[in-house]
Amino acid sequence: MINSYGFRKFKNRFFFIICAMCVVIAVVPLASILFEVVTRGAPQLSLTFLTATASRGGIGPAIQGTLILIGLTSLIGVPLGVLSGIYLSEFGNNKYAQSVRAINNILTQFPSIIVGITAYGIIVITLRSFSAIAGVVALAFIMIPIITRTTEESLKLIPNSIREASLALGAHKWRTTLSVVLPSAKSGLATGVLLAVARIAGETAPLILTIAGSRYFFQGLNKQMAALPLEIWKNSLQSSPTLQAQGWGAALVLILVVLSINIAVRLVSRSRMKT
Amino acid sequence: MMTTSSIAKEENISQLKPLQQETICPTAKMQAINVDAWFGQKQILKTVSLTVKPNTVTAIIGPSGCGKSTFLRCFNRMHELVPNSKMTGKILLDGKNIYDRQMDPVQIRRRVGMVFQKPNPFPTMNIYDNVAAGLRLTGAKKDTNLDDIVKRSLEQATLWDEVKDDLKKPGTSISGGQQQRLCIARAIALQPEVILMDEPCSALDPIATAKIEKLVIELKQDYAVVIVTHNMQQASRVSDYTAFMYLGELVEFDETSKIFENPKNKLTEKYITGEFG
Repeated sequence: MINSYGFRKFKNRFFFIICAMCVVIAVVPLASILFEVVTRGAPQLSLTFLTATASRGGIGPAIQGTLILIGLTSLIGVPLGVLSGIYLSEFGNNKYAQSVRAINNILTQFPSIIVGITAYGIIVITLRSFSAIAGVVALAFIMIPIITRTTEESLKLIPNSIREASLALGAHKWRTTLSVVLPSAKSGLATGVLLAVARIAGETAPLILTIAGSRYFFQGLNKQMAALPLEIWKNSLQSSPTLQAQGWGAALVLILVVLSINIAVRLVSRSRMKT
Repeated sequence: MMTTSSIAKEENISQLKPLQQETICPTAKMQAINVDAWFGQKQILKTVSLTVKPNTVTAIIGPSGCGKSTFLRCFNRMHELVPNSKMTGKILLDGKNIYDRQMDPVQIRRRVGMVFQKPNPFPTMNIYDNVAAGLRLTGAKKDTNLDDIVKRSLEQATLWDEVKDDLKKPGTSISGGQQQRLCIARAIALQPEVILMDEPCSALDPIATAKIEKLVIELKQDYAVVIVTHNMQQASRVSDYTAFMYLGELVEFDETSKIFENPKNKLTEKYITGEFG
């Protein structure tokens, strides 16, 4: 009996060690990427680098372009995605919703290059030029299914007793969803939006086919535009060490942009929770 | 102790004549007439009729799964919210069938409040907002004096003295018994005409239960209360009328004293005396 207890104790330790080792293995690539980007990118950071155009060795237009892309895409994608998610979760007990849900699940895993080529075919060819708006539409196609899905999932986690409590007070379904269910799911919604923002901020393939990059600051929604992923992609293909270094700098800036949006949204959604 | 199925066989429950009731009782606050209800193919209620008088407490007792909660949820049209549910028959509120086509379920639920089995205060709202929620969610006018209504409702729910200094604390931060009284305050803030309670004490300890029971008796001064319970002692303590349900049928309905002291039906007697349940 003593032996078998010792063996059980050993198994307990053994599986703990296996799990801990797997975590280390999973974290190593992540940490090495971060380390690489920070060590190579950090020396680049300066006011000129962050604000000047490419001719003066900066990535100002790319930062501006990425922020415009994130902003405009979120403007389209967040309301559409959240409202679709609400529909699927709260009113989605029918055949139509089931098929929408199935298509949406496929769309979340759609290769982004195909989204890019679709936007190219529909918008770029029609307008006869690469344009910022084509990029926004392509990224919105990527963003909407992600937000729809995360919204639906986080609303489904809200216990039904909360909905019933509101309905039993004589509140309408929509009012219940808006004032009771959505606030309870706030942190889940924020996570979904952040995931989607992080995803579109780093997308490169659709941008090659839509906004196509630019050396100048924002010219208009119907003109070509710069973006950080494009900057990273273009510079890293160059032979010049200076341009390659700028690519690393742009990579670090992209990470910082996503990180700061993440922190900002967390702070906002948390402070609202308290009141 | 006999098993439930053998009891059913002995009394031949399926042959029990349900109390067919067609006459409308003019003094009733609510009246259920020949209510049948289903979940999918499964029939939960079989021709149940019941009268709820104003300013009384009506208890519905019976073993688990006998359909008492489903029956209660027919009184404020909450039953129909469950997918694949069906219901036939009439339920009158002040003589008008709440299942009539022109009746709006949302309006009915405002007039017939409900307290659930598990306390379910809104987790994102503080105590004050929880009580005010009913008014806000149903579009109260801007000049409504919420402070007074919140205070009065919490007082009526005998919770005011315990929370008056913590109105800004989350509704979920107080104890289970307090949360349940908060839910009662939330229901009475709308000044409904009837309050339905679905086993309101089953998640509470004896002291909290005693408080709720005392409150139920006080509530009947202003409202008609229908309380579902599987606790017979509770039914005998708080109610004026008691309905005993078994396998989806109403076996016996009478004044509580008669049900507990002199039941007419053998099955009721067996349940009351604890022979099965």
